[in-house]
Order: sequence, then C-alpha cells, then structure tokens
Amino acid sequence: MAKIYSKKALASKDLKPKKEVVSFLLSYSQALKVVKIEDKSFEIIAN
Amino acid sequence: MADLHIPDALLVKNYVEGNENALATLIKRHESKIYGFIYSKIADRDISNDIFQDTFIKVIKTLKSNSYNEEGKFLPWVMRISHNLIVDHFRKTKKMPMYRETEEFSIFSIMSDDSLNIEGRMIVDQVEVDLKRLIEELPEDQKEVLVMRMYQDMSFKEISELTDVSINTALGRMRYALMNLRKIIDKHQIILTN
Repeated sequence: MAKIYSKKALASKDLKPKKEVVSFLLSYSQALKVVKIEDKSFEIIAN
Repeated sequence: MADLHIPDALLVKNYVEGNENALATLIKRHESKIYGFIYSKIADRDISNDIFQDTFIKVIKTLKSNSYNEEGKFLPWVMRISHNLIVDHFRKTKKMPMYRETEEFSIFSIMSDDSLNIEGRMIVDQVEVDLKRLIEELPEDQKEVLVMRMYQDMSFKEISELTDVSINTALGRMRYALMNLRKIIDKHQIILTN
C-alpha cells in the first residue's frame, strides 16, 4: 500500500450526533417554557 | 425537501413563535457541520455528543427567552457556542493527576515522548516541501484533481462537479497524476521517506 504524505483533516464529512441526543433535544424543547417577569426569567419544564 | 429552501432566519423566527418542527429542521440541516466541528477538536464520540447536546440546550434556552438577536447568522452563532463549550471542556480536563517518584516507582515508567525528534520533524517537513515541488511539475488538470483529493479531502464526485468533468475523467486524471509523480521520482531518484 502506498504511503500517503499529505495531511488529512481529522473531521470526516458524515459525522452525526446520536439519534438519542437529537430526540432528547426535541423533547426538551417541547417541554421547556421560559417565562420572563420584569428582569428575571423562569424556566418551566413540563413533565 | 421544501424545508431546504426556508432560510435559517425564518426557521428561527418560526421556532421562537412556537413551531417546534422548525428546530428539528435546523438541527437536521446543521448537525453534521456542528458535530463534525466538535469532533474535530475533541476526537471522542461520547464527549462530542455531550457537547453537541449542551450546545443546543443553550440555543433552545436563548431562543425561548427571546434573547437571540443575530438574524441570518444562526450557524456561526451555534458554532461559537460549541467552541466556547469545547474550551470549557479542555479547561476542566486540564487538571492532571500527580505522581511522586519513589524507589519502587519511576516516573519514566508512565511517561514517554512519542513525538518526533528535531531531525524527524525536519525530515517530515522536507518530504512535504519536496512533494509539493513535484506536484507543481504536473500538468494543470492533473495537479488540480490531486490537490483537491489529497489536500482538500474532496470526493471525486465533488471534484468532478467543480471541474466540470465526469467522475471517470477525474479518476483518470488522478491516476495519471500519481503515475507521473512516480515517474518523476524514479527519474530523479528522489527518496521520500522518514
């Protein structure tokens, strides 16, 4: 096998996060409500 | 498919107005770039997943609290958040365990320097310089394909689209480029090794 001298980037193009992570983020987003009262903000997470 | 034509700024606006599907589209559109960016710095899949998750938790919180004001620059904004989280991660893990040397235990049993010595580094640099000079000798069309493939990490499909030739032509040019490089190396008896 020929030796490759050129430097390769570590990142390959088709890297993706786990499906579970994306699914968690979407559920978290649906459950989260941020309420601002005057200068304070409150995070409410629905079960 | 229709989602592809909606600009990020509009998706962000829709999400802030309560359309949860807009977030799914934004994540799907940019997950590869953002995760790839994180992985390129961290080189660990699990930690990269954690940082990706933390990045979007920040994004969600900021958007839901109406604090986002960089319309049209969604991706750079998310990349900046992930960059900051990567820096935080390295700060946290910087603390190294401490070992004391005793009679039974030598610190050098767990320490080693795998990096190249100065001579090795000079050879590697010289090989790279020589190789670049050789590549300059190639015909323009072959040089173009070789540089795109080896140095810019592009696929042959991307190369063929960019240079406006078929994939087979691009493959052929790569093949001739390598053959010509070998010929030049043989002719001048150049040694590329370290």
